[in-house]
Amino acid sequence: MTANILEATGITKRFDGFAALTSVDFALLKGERVGLIGPNGSGKSTFVNCITGILAPDEGLITFDANDITKTPAWLRARRGLARTYQIPRPFRGMTIQENIEVPLRFAVGHKSARVISEAAQVILDQVGLGEKADLSPKGLTQVELRKLELGRALAARPKVLIADEVMAGLSESEVDEILTLLNRLNAEGISILLIEHIMRAVMLFSQRIVVIVAGCKIADGLPDDVMQQEEVERAYLGE
Amino acid sequence: MAATMLLGPYVSEYYYLATYTILQFIVLGTAWNILGGYGGYVNFGTAGFFAIGCYTTIVLNKIFPMPLFFEMLAAAVTAGLVGLGTGYLTLRLRGVFFSIATLALAIVLQTLVVNWSFVGGARGVYVIRPPISGVLMAFFVFFVPNGISYVQFLVMLMVALAMFAVLAAWAVEKSWIGIGLAAIRDDEAAAETSGVPSLRLKLIATTMSGALMGMAGAPFPYYVTYVDPATAFGLAIAVNSIAMPLVGGTATWWGPVVGAILLGSAQQILTVTISSAANLFIVGVLLVVFLTAAPRGVVGIVRGWKRGRK
Repeated sequence: MTANILEATGITKRFDGFAALTSVDFALLKGERVGLIGPNGSGKSTFVNCITGILAPDEGLITFDANDITKTPAWLRARRGLARTYQIPRPFRGMTIQENIEVPLRFAVGHKSARVISEAAQVILDQVGLGEKADLSPKGLTQVELRKLELGRALAARPKVLIADEVMAGLSESEVDEILTLLNRLNAEGISILLIEHIMRAVMLFSQRIVVIVAGCKIADGLPDDVMQQEEVERAYLGE
Repeated sequence: MAATMLLGPYVSEYYYLATYTILQFIVLGTAWNILGGYGGYVNFGTAGFFAIGCYTTIVLNKIFPMPLFFEMLAAAVTAGLVGLGTGYLTLRLRGVFFSIATLALAIVLQTLVVNWSFVGGARGVYVIRPPISGVLMAFFVFFVPNGISYVQFLVMLMVALAMFAVLAAWAVEKSWIGIGLAAIRDDEAAAETSGVPSLRLKLIATTMSGALMGMAGAPFPYYVTYVDPATAFGLAIAVNSIAMPLVGGTATWWGPVVGAILLGSAQQILTVTISSAANLFIVGVLLVVFLTAAPRGVVGIVRGWKRGRK
């Protein structure tokens, strides 16, 4: 038995000969909080897409909860408890905000009763601070609210692992703290979290471990303070 | 239905033919809407599925004559299987590419039929109407002393089929299938990550949609008694099946019904009063008017009006 809830080995993804990811190894322990950082275009989102089944990696193996999920379709990964947010929010625009939350409650969690679904959706909307806007269309939401909706929709899938892809971009400092508090609370409830973020303050505050990807290769993996002192990381982030 | 039967002997046959056409388009529009309206996959090949239904009847009628009901079932199975096949196309083809593939499918099928002399090839084929089965006739005679004509029989059959199609669409819309399809329409990747089994739902939708279109086509050879590929694969069928849900509104089961009645009646009236060439012209004009002024169709207008009153 391994304590890794999520494990990726040798993930390689090429787009027309361009190697977006080269043999990336990654593991997430049960209940762990990990930060994934790297410059823009370094392959972070491609990595998340491979893990969650939106893209099929060319090489490599992914296991989740001790099951091989390399070939498992995305919807089934979501049902088993692997949830994510999208970096660029992708709400269901034809639905109300509450209906957006209800989709994973119905499909990923498998609730049947409309009343149970509606109540659960309300709780989640309150959690992410969208309770007042339940009946509105996502078309009227600000970028910040859309990110909260993404987070809410991922939470509604009742995940074991939550991959938060830049949920804090554009948020004010107090809003960042709000989301961090929420993420910490979810983590305390047992959800393992992979945080992909550019806001270094949040990453340093949140992460027990930090993984750095540069140009499709993992260059560092370790305790936040150690990683940030590595010369390679400094060079990739701050330039020469 | 009772009214049809009672009025039967007193109304000109033309009204039955017109009613048949409108009912046929209620079925086709509703079938198209299950995939196109709910799921957002635009099918340009409705005529192909309709023709599969027509030619299933023609083939069965030649090989082994049987009651129309069984021919409709066979048409549903054949067209449903082809629908299932197009469902697998969605694995690789999204948006406009899927639409073009459905158009190509219709053209390929038409080419096959044109070169298939058993069903008349390009010349077309005459179909002899079978007698209405004794049991059914006895039932009708109970209501109408003189019995009913074959066209009246077909109209009643279409009433039943239209009700069946609308009921099926309603059931899809109100169930988890409809909610899942709506999520797919809005954003397929986000739907998948929310646990929506998108391929399975799309296969259900393409199969249902195809089967209903095939059923709509099955009685057609007996309605016109002469079928050629140009009619069965007609442009008017494909265009109307898209235009009617769009004019009526794609979000609900009653949108395509309203659209079919509206556009269908307008076409019939214009055909009689002005010219039969005005047929597709009126579709085009109404489509442009609705898409620019009321993109959500009649359904959207009614909803906006209700909201305004609140």
